[in-house]
Amino acid sequence: MTALAAKSGRTRGSGGLKVGRPSFLWSLPAITFFAICAIVPLGVVVWLSFTSWDALGSPAWVGTANWTALFHDPTLTNSFKVTALLTGLGVVTQTPVSLLLGVWAAGYQRNRAILSALYFIPLLMSATAISIVWLSLLDPYYGLPHELHWLFGNSVLGHGFLFSYPGTAIGVLTFVGMWQWTPFHTLIYQGGARAIPEVLYQAAAIDGAGRVRQFVSITLPQLRNTIITSVVLMLVGSVTSFDTILILTSGRPGISTTSTSYYMYIKGFEQFQFGDASVIGVLLVVVSTIIALIIVRVSGWDRMRSTQEGM
Amino acid sequence: MTARRPNYVAGALTAFWLVVVLAPIYVLVKASLQTQPDYDSSGPLSLPRHLTTANFGHVIHSGFLHFFVNTGIITAAVVLIVVLLVPPVAFAIVRNRSRTVTVVFRVFLVGLTVPIQAVIVPLYFLISKAGLYDTLIAVILPTAAFSLPISTIIMTGSMRDITGDLYEAMALEGATSWHTFRHLVMPLARGGLATIIVFSALNAWNGFLLPLILTQSAGVRVFTLGLYDFQTVSSIDAPAICAAVVLSIVPILVVYLFARRALIRGLMGVGGK
Repeated sequence: MTALAAKSGRTRGSGGLKVGRPSFLWSLPAITFFAICAIVPLGVVVWLSFTSWDALGSPAWVGTANWTALFHDPTLTNSFKVTALLTGLGVVTQTPVSLLLGVWAAGYQRNRAILSALYFIPLLMSATAISIVWLSLLDPYYGLPHELHWLFGNSVLGHGFLFSYPGTAIGVLTFVGMWQWTPFHTLIYQGGARAIPEVLYQAAAIDGAGRVRQFVSITLPQLRNTIITSVVLMLVGSVTSFDTILILTSGRPGISTTSTSYYMYIKGFEQFQFGDASVIGVLLVVVSTIIALIIVRVSGWDRMRSTQEGM
Repeated sequence: MTARRPNYVAGALTAFWLVVVLAPIYVLVKASLQTQPDYDSSGPLSLPRHLTTANFGHVIHSGFLHFFVNTGIITAAVVLIVVLLVPPVAFAIVRNRSRTVTVVFRVFLVGLTVPIQAVIVPLYFLISKAGLYDTLIAVILPTAAFSLPISTIIMTGSMRDITGDLYEAMALEGATSWHTFRHLVMPLARGGLATIIVFSALNAWNGFLLPLILTQSAGVRVFTLGLYDFQTVSSIDAPAICAAVVLSIVPILVVYLFARRALIRGLMGVGGK
């Protein structure tokens, strides 16, 4: 191993000593395992999308039949709208709240530390647990809508039958998503805000800038990369996740909460049309990769290493 | 920030959000200690008339203990795989500058963007063909694999903080790479190790999707699936459902109390920096 290390380890940086550098063999177990369990499935999903398979027997090659059939499938087209809507609502509701809470929680005061610890609680719960709790809580007969009839009893909220109308069902998913994910993004913003050099605020204070002015002119621009990171994670996360939908609404009423990823699950694991499900799987991989790449490129995230760059 | 006049807007926002976060937690804990007729007649928010622990007994008798054992086995195995595989690859990435290792690092960076939901169909296909369907191993392997990218990136960050001087000191003494790894890198990267352990454990413990598609019989059921089934079967028994949820959170709460730092760092692994 040492011989290999000496051969492959180039002499840059620290003094040029080659002894004690690990060879590439050290990375072999992890990369092999990852390739088999995560990279191979990426290839397999592309292949399966050109086959017909119902979980019994072997997949049969059908060419582009699945692809053409799905592009004329109104449920799939509708699922794109549902996904875009849920994703958009997620970003719009979670970003402001977690940004403000994160910046607030970045302060080192004792009360802030205690409250931050409480805000953190939803992160300890599984998506399953969160969905199940909210399902019970929002039950029209025994849950909050019944108890707080003055709040939920109007026609806008479907007289408390939140899961029975498209608008309120989308609202429930957005709210539960917000409850589930705000703590995580708050943590990201807290980290980002703590990295902002104190000296900037001191300079602004000397110039007479108030709290709002400091937030707009220092905090927001300095958090640019943090905002990008957080939004990328929100986008990729909500394009692909569907466990909350499965438990809370099962895509109903009608197909009004059937997101693309939930539709893939239905196609595969309820209708056993794995070829069709694979087509949607390929679309999901492509879309989430494109989202990540575009945002990274547009923002120059890959070129900027830290929030302090250019100081 | 220096002390200034009180920030009423921040006060109002944080107070409001505290209510939003804590109200369901209050209902969850309270309902788990309440009888079903009491819950149904008084509503989720009102105070309970009398408390009972019968719900927990009911939950445990409906097989949850076994589900917890299954989840525990999966979690332990996933953590073991991650702990065995990640530190060596991170060591190679930090200290070996060859092209091959750079490619390895890139693969993990790209792997970070592959959503597990998008590959459930091929995973189901591969696991079925390998004859592993409906076993705990079927859940363990992909769960561990999809924990590798983030864990590797966290561990790499942790090892980059070790200064070159220390490596040189080891090298001057003629230490082999194994020796350097064992006596320099691992002791100094303990923080990173704790973080990836907590991260992958949490991931495995709360996993739902992979058990859902890769297992089916009660013998290998994990508690998240148990919760889901329980909810489907006894959806009207809110107190029992809440008791089951409370039981599922207790182990994580214990970790949270004892390893809060590592937990938070683990959760921030993706977003930090």
